[in-house]
Amino acid sequence: MDYINDVRNFVVENFLFGEGEKLKHDNSFLENGIVDSTGILELVSFLEENYRISIADDELIPENLDSLKNIDSFLKRKLNGTTIQ
Amino acid sequence: MCGITGIFHFDGDGNISLELLQKMTNILNHRGPDESGIYLDDLIGMGHARLSIVDLAGGTQPIHNEDETLWIIYNGEVFNYPELKEYLLEKGHKFYTTTDTEVILHLFEEQGFSCLEQLNGQFAIAIWDSAKQELFLARDRVGIRPLFYAKNNGSLLFASEIKSIFISDKVKRQLNYEALNHIFHFWTTLPGETVFQDVYELPPGHYLKISRNHFAITQYWDIPFYPTEEKLDWPAERICEQIHELLTDAIRMRLRADVPVGCYLSGGLDSSGVTTLVVNKFNSNARTFGIRFEEDGFDEGEHQKLMVSFLKTSHTELLATNERIGSSLADVLWHCEKPLLRTAPIPLFLLSEIVNKNNFKVVLTGEGADEVFGGYNIFREAKVRNFWAKQPDSKSRGLLVRRLYPYIFKNPRLRAMQQNFFATGLDQADDSLFSHDLRWQNTSKIRIFFSNEVQSAITIQADYEKMKQSLPATFSSWDYLEKAQYLEMTIFLSNYLLSSQGDRVAMAHSLEIRLPYLDYRLIDFMARIPSQWKIRGLKEKYILKKTFKGILPEQITNRQKHPYRAPIGKSLLNNKSIHVTQDMLSNQSLKKSGLFDAAKVNKLIQKLKTHDSQSEIDNMALVGILSTQIVHEQFIENFPSKPIALITPNLVIDRRLKNV
Repeated sequence: MDYINDVRNFVVENFLFGEGEKLKHDNSFLENGIVDSTGILELVSFLEENYRISIADDELIPENLDSLKNIDSFLKRKLNGTTIQ
Repeated sequence: MCGITGIFHFDGDGNISLELLQKMTNILNHRGPDESGIYLDDLIGMGHARLSIVDLAGGTQPIHNEDETLWIIYNGEVFNYPELKEYLLEKGHKFYTTTDTEVILHLFEEQGFSCLEQLNGQFAIAIWDSAKQELFLARDRVGIRPLFYAKNNGSLLFASEIKSIFISDKVKRQLNYEALNHIFHFWTTLPGETVFQDVYELPPGHYLKISRNHFAITQYWDIPFYPTEEKLDWPAERICEQIHELLTDAIRMRLRADVPVGCYLSGGLDSSGVTTLVVNKFNSNARTFGIRFEEDGFDEGEHQKLMVSFLKTSHTELLATNERIGSSLADVLWHCEKPLLRTAPIPLFLLSEIVNKNNFKVVLTGEGADEVFGGYNIFREAKVRNFWAKQPDSKSRGLLVRRLYPYIFKNPRLRAMQQNFFATGLDQADDSLFSHDLRWQNTSKIRIFFSNEVQSAITIQADYEKMKQSLPATFSSWDYLEKAQYLEMTIFLSNYLLSSQGDRVAMAHSLEIRLPYLDYRLIDFMARIPSQWKIRGLKEKYILKKTFKGILPEQITNRQKHPYRAPIGKSLLNNKSIHVTQDMLSNQSLKKSGLFDAAKVNKLIQKLKTHDSQSEIDNMALVGILSTQIVHEQFIENFPSKPIALITPNLVIDRRLKNV
């Protein structure tokens, strides 16, 4: 499943207001100022609602959420092969 | 308190029109509604709009010296004028008014430019030496009073506000994209520039000397710094006594006026401290004024009420509703003359209106204490991040940032991620701009909305280099707080706090603010106090709180700092203001100004409307874009939007050859 594209679209629309050309797969959201400290809630809500998952407190860490690449592998682990609707 | 304006002709063609000068003066009428005066000769025209505070009947400007070779117009107050006058009387000077204005003029006659070092006050001065044919412009140390100039086509125009300069057709009205970019990065324009092309601001603590073949700007004061060996190794009690004495004297002088002086009282430490000293020592019937918000997160009503009942002042509240904030943005921008990223200036604009209606022309305020005594979160953030940077992997050090911003870290689930935001750039702790760079980088995200045309005209790296080069030579040896205070005071204090939240929104309703914490003696004394007394652990303004212990209620001295802010989304997107916001941000309006990318702006508006976004950045972007559009409309497209009423001056000195 190419669900990371949905995440990418969300980040581009919501945080970059359409300017997605420069967003690379491994760009750190925090270091590159793509998501600010108040924007993290929006990202987490999107992931939980869109993929119908519940992200545990100890999963809310940069290693899982700070780039498209990290989110990609986190989602793969999290969804563990279950089909996305 | 007043407005000043003028035109100097380098070629001296004697062709300055009285009517033009009247218009340039009358557009500043809000700064000086009481009377006006004009001086004209073949090289220069000067106009003055007066708000009468000292020598109500006799202080009409321009004012001259004994032989009428020197002429002054002036905006502001010099609080130590009675002492200076004694010295001048001893020197044999003759006075025909009881104003501070005349004292400055004779002191200039006596000492030249170095007279500025004697002045304790807030001022913008223009003195014309008609014998030497030299013009002298000067501004107070920290930049409380504004002074702009433009040099063009053989003329120099100057004024308290840019709109007066724009009355002349000699200056082409254009936005300066570099300066606009600075606002969208540093929160304000940088010292010396304005958001308009070819219009400059005389920086605080500087004077300008102009003659037919000479134009030179000189700095006479800078924010003081003392190396360790010159710092005062005093016990806390002695420091507190000295602060108490200096602040009391600063207040005593600032109560000098021939009209009643009121106080702003928010319920915060700084204004509570000033008002309490006023009530305890000088005026037990003090009149106070404060802002209330309809939203809890912004309102300080509880503490304001506590102070009012503690001091038994006669108090007037201004309720800054979201609707009133939203509907006043355009009026505020007409006065601020630069785009804003915050709505916080607006309630202060509404407050000065109430004060004016209560027939007060002067108030004392608590501004400046955060800069001088170390009150801002950004100072504490610099301390924590410096400490953290020494061991970036330390978990406990990183946890400290959570104590700085409880309102950001209020959702326990997000704390780990949010904490990481503050770890950005920890490897740059040695950089001179480290304290502020995270904030600036974060703000600069909103530059994404600039149109291609603006994007291609701007850079930011060069400004960082320029800024670093302008820092004092020993800067790298200063401690974290001294560095952060210097940057805050150089970049933000005059250009935003004292203007958009100070002079401009108060003078919009003919109100003079006076700021005891920015008395230069207090600034200088505090520069000699080690930083450990300013921020102790993570406690901000430690020594000021200690000074006020026993004087102020404990609920005030123990209170955690409440940053003064005003609602953004709910003010600009509510049912009443949404139409104006949408109109100014419509595809057509955005296309007309050419400053922003319409598609991105539409996405932002949609996001803010549907999500009620809490994002600081989104909110800043909204105010920034909307206020830039309004400034463009008011000053570039459609200036002046209303006709200027011509007022007959109370005094005209016309020394043009053809009229002599």
